[in-house]
Amino acid sequence: MFLRHAFCVPHFYLIHDMFEFCTDPDSLGQFQWMLCYLTTPKHMGFYWSFLTVLLLLGITAPCALGFGFVGAMAARSKFFLFSLFGRTYIAIVRGVPDIAFFMFFVIALDQFLEWSRHKILCPDWSDPIRQGNDFVVCQAAKLPLSSAPQWIHETYGFALAVFTFAIVFGAFSANVLFGAMRAVPHAQQETAYAYGMTSSQVFWRITVPQMWVYALPGLGNLWMVLIKATPLLFLLGVEDIVYWARELGGSKTARFTDYPHPDWRMWYFLALLVFYLMFTKVSEVVLDRLMKRLTHGQATAAGEAQRRAQA
Amino acid sequence: MKSIVLGTTALFLSATFAMAAGHSVVRMGTEGAYPPYNFIDDNGEIAGFERELGDELCARAELKCEWVTNEWDSIIPNLLSGNYDTIIAGMSVTAERMEVIDFSEQYTLPDASAYATLAGFSGDLSGAVVAAQSSTIQASYIASSGATLLEFATPEETIAAVRSGEADAVLADKAYLEPIVVESSDMSFSGDDVYIGGGIGMGFRKSDAELREKFSAAIQEMKADGTLNALIGEWLPTSGQF
Repeated sequence: MFLRHAFCVPHFYLIHDMFEFCTDPDSLGQFQWMLCYLTTPKHMGFYWSFLTVLLLLGITAPCALGFGFVGAMAARSKFFLFSLFGRTYIAIVRGVPDIAFFMFFVIALDQFLEWSRHKILCPDWSDPIRQGNDFVVCQAAKLPLSSAPQWIHETYGFALAVFTFAIVFGAFSANVLFGAMRAVPHAQQETAYAYGMTSSQVFWRITVPQMWVYALPGLGNLWMVLIKATPLLFLLGVEDIVYWARELGGSKTARFTDYPHPDWRMWYFLALLVFYLMFTKVSEVVLDRLMKRLTHGQATAAGEAQRRAQA
Repeated sequence: MKSIVLGTTALFLSATFAMAAGHSVVRMGTEGAYPPYNFIDDNGEIAGFERELGDELCARAELKCEWVTNEWDSIIPNLLSGNYDTIIAGMSVTAERMEVIDFSEQYTLPDASAYATLAGFSGDLSGAVVAAQSSTIQASYIASSGATLLEFATPEETIAAVRSGEADAVLADKAYLEPIVVESSDMSFSGDDVYIGGGIGMGFRKSDAELREKFSAAIQEMKADGTLNALIGEWLPTSGQF
């Protein structure tokens, strides 16, 4: 199962009319009409999708950082196979266009999972899995099962999206962290060795704590790119804010809705623009504060300036 | 990373539990953006001609059905990969589509397609710029005629293109255009209706003949007792009846 799972309207918020006067929209004044229009259950789906995007960012960012950390550690490993693995991961994922990765990788991953489950769960199956254009696995191997409730289908799609984002952004952050680890002054590490630390102690006690200040500008950049990349969710079949903005903004005729309106997509996309701009602004403020904090006591020009200002 | 591992494990587990209670659910794939055939209503639910028809067919065939939306562009590939089990999305039966998927008994007669333009359009449609939704019978019709084809992913965009002047006309199913033309003063039908393709049928994977037969039987039953004609009369007043 992949792509566009779902019809993402959790049923617990399907309250029909939020305000009592909404039962007959035609009779309403402009303000009340707008109020009723903006609180239809369909609009609630739109508002929830903002949370979906925030949730995606909240889960993906630490995952990507984790992938990045492991990737960077592997890339600078002295053991050739690890190093090769780390470098290959960084090079390939950074080199493949995001959109190709999002289209191809997710399909391949999904089919691989179903194929593996099929081999394990239905060993007696004699029909081929590829029948012409069809990809057919036994019912028990379907992921999620077709009998599973809709929320499981949605969660599965969401998990695939998080995993894909984490792999892509993990490769970029691996590259940033790899550079940051090398930027930590060598003299510090040599001193640590001279004190008798093992190389793992040097890594965890000297390199890692000091690398963040070098990594943060690059990581901050990646965070901004990640925010902007969330509309790619749409490609993965998660009904995100772009889907809803398009669906709600499209012109509606009175025959099929209580709230007919012309093409309002521009206003919906304007709302998305404001949302993304505000979100980037908040991120910038937070990143600036974090940078100040990390600079404290570091052997960098900014750290030195901070020390002088305090002295 | 841990959360991913945990999440994946949880998914596998929940999937396995669900399987124990397993009974087959038929997932119905539709576009949800093509009124009156299928659209999302104010309550955020899939509604329209095909929703009512599909629910009735499932009841008659004693199947448990679940509705899923999917973009038009990828609606066939996602059926093939097993994302859902049927396509019920105003899809006309064509030879080209029959190479990839199988269709059920048709549940509408071949339907008229019509050109809609800005009111007062007086140009020649045969040499005009005509908007159509991509991968539709209308798009291939325009492409093989003398007119210039402008393709869009959603029906909504084809209308917007005419309103903005990007296209001279839009060619789409008449049942889709009719409410729009009737309710807006700035658009009107132009030229003659054209008849392209066959009627509309439900799409199935070629390997899924059993399910297709069940739906075909239910459609025949609805044709025979007149309930299908009643539904067509209610939702598609411009279409012919069986």
